[in-house]
Amino acid sequence: MSSTVSDSTTAGPPPAPRSRKARGPGLHPEMIGWLFMRLSGVLLVSLILGHLFVNLMIGEGIERIDFAFVAGKWANPFWQFWDLAMLWLAQVHGANGMRTLINDYASRNSTRMLLKAALYTASFVVLVLGTLTIFTFDPCAAGSTLSVCSE
Amino acid sequence: MDVTLTIRRFNPETVDEPSWQSFEVSVQPTDRVLDALHTIKWEVDGTLTFRRSCAHGVCGSDAMRINGRNRLACKTLVKDIDPTKPITVEPIKGLPVLKDLVVDMEPFFAAYRSVMPFLVTDGHEPTRERLQSQSDRERFDDTTKCILCAACTTSCPVYWNDGQYFGPQAIVGAHRFIFDSRDAGGAERLEILNDREGVWRCRTTFNCTDACPRGIEVTKAIQEVKRALIFR
Repeated sequence: MSSTVSDSTTAGPPPAPRSRKARGPGLHPEMIGWLFMRLSGVLLVSLILGHLFVNLMIGEGIERIDFAFVAGKWANPFWQFWDLAMLWLAQVHGANGMRTLINDYASRNSTRMLLKAALYTASFVVLVLGTLTIFTFDPCAAGSTLSVCSE
Repeated sequence: MDVTLTIRRFNPETVDEPSWQSFEVSVQPTDRVLDALHTIKWEVDGTLTFRRSCAHGVCGSDAMRINGRNRLACKTLVKDIDPTKPITVEPIKGLPVLKDLVVDMEPFFAAYRSVMPFLVTDGHEPTRERLQSQSDRERFDDTTKCILCAACTTSCPVYWNDGQYFGPQAIVGAHRFIFDSRDAGGAERLEILNDREGVWRCRTTFNCTDACPRGIEVTKAIQEVKRALIFR
């Protein structure tokens, strides 16, 4: 008499590994994200410590920070690009961290999409606005009392 | 001495939701939590359901969440977990509970199978054993200790939230062959783990390393797989 044997007791070859799309060896987007977090983290530590040192420690320190101080710094392309690097690295680093949090904790597809759309929109606005500010900053905007503006 | 065990009970045939039930049993301080569970099952309530096989920390059947930590009931002494307070015993998290402390291990084993946990070779079969130097054997010694108890995988917060993640154990299982000098399937296994749900999902929380009853440095193994992927 034949009997039914359940799957779990049937001896046989192990099933094939999960089928996956062919992708050449190398760069997976998640790997790039993971690497970016490490590398940008290291860069941000030196950029931010340098920023704090220059703004708070050198000379009179925090006492000299005012509109003129910022205007002076942004007259120099070196500081423009320093601040630009801080802005982009910090914003993308933070946004990528939030993205992984959303992926980890938002289980419903629609919630995840909505949260990520909000995140990407906010990041885009911050990046564009910040970049514009750094490069289009005008120390002689209306009401400025800086001496260089009255010449 | 008397200890109280508060156990997460669930019988899908009679109730919809799990609930807690307390038992007071008399044990020796050097008894294991498994002995206390045996006392309950054999002398108090025969319906209490849990897995155990060898009962000596080798088979990996009795992983459960004891006082909020994943451990083997057969390797946990009552005196080591503050017997003056009630000892909570729950099924491991992240896998479907079938009854009381028994969970469906199939998703866990499926993840393990998907990393090809078997020797892959190329070329002709040698006429004698495949030789390996001591240092080559040392390279993956740690991950050979795995007993597939699922304590690590079910302690991982990413695994709790995303059933697609391979989980620490599958990566340990892959590590054992990726770093085996006799194996030729490493590239394929790395490619399997270089997935959206692969090693990059690991958040380095070290829950798995803390949970492993065999003392495997699970997080380190995962990091070694990440490094192998970056520098291949």
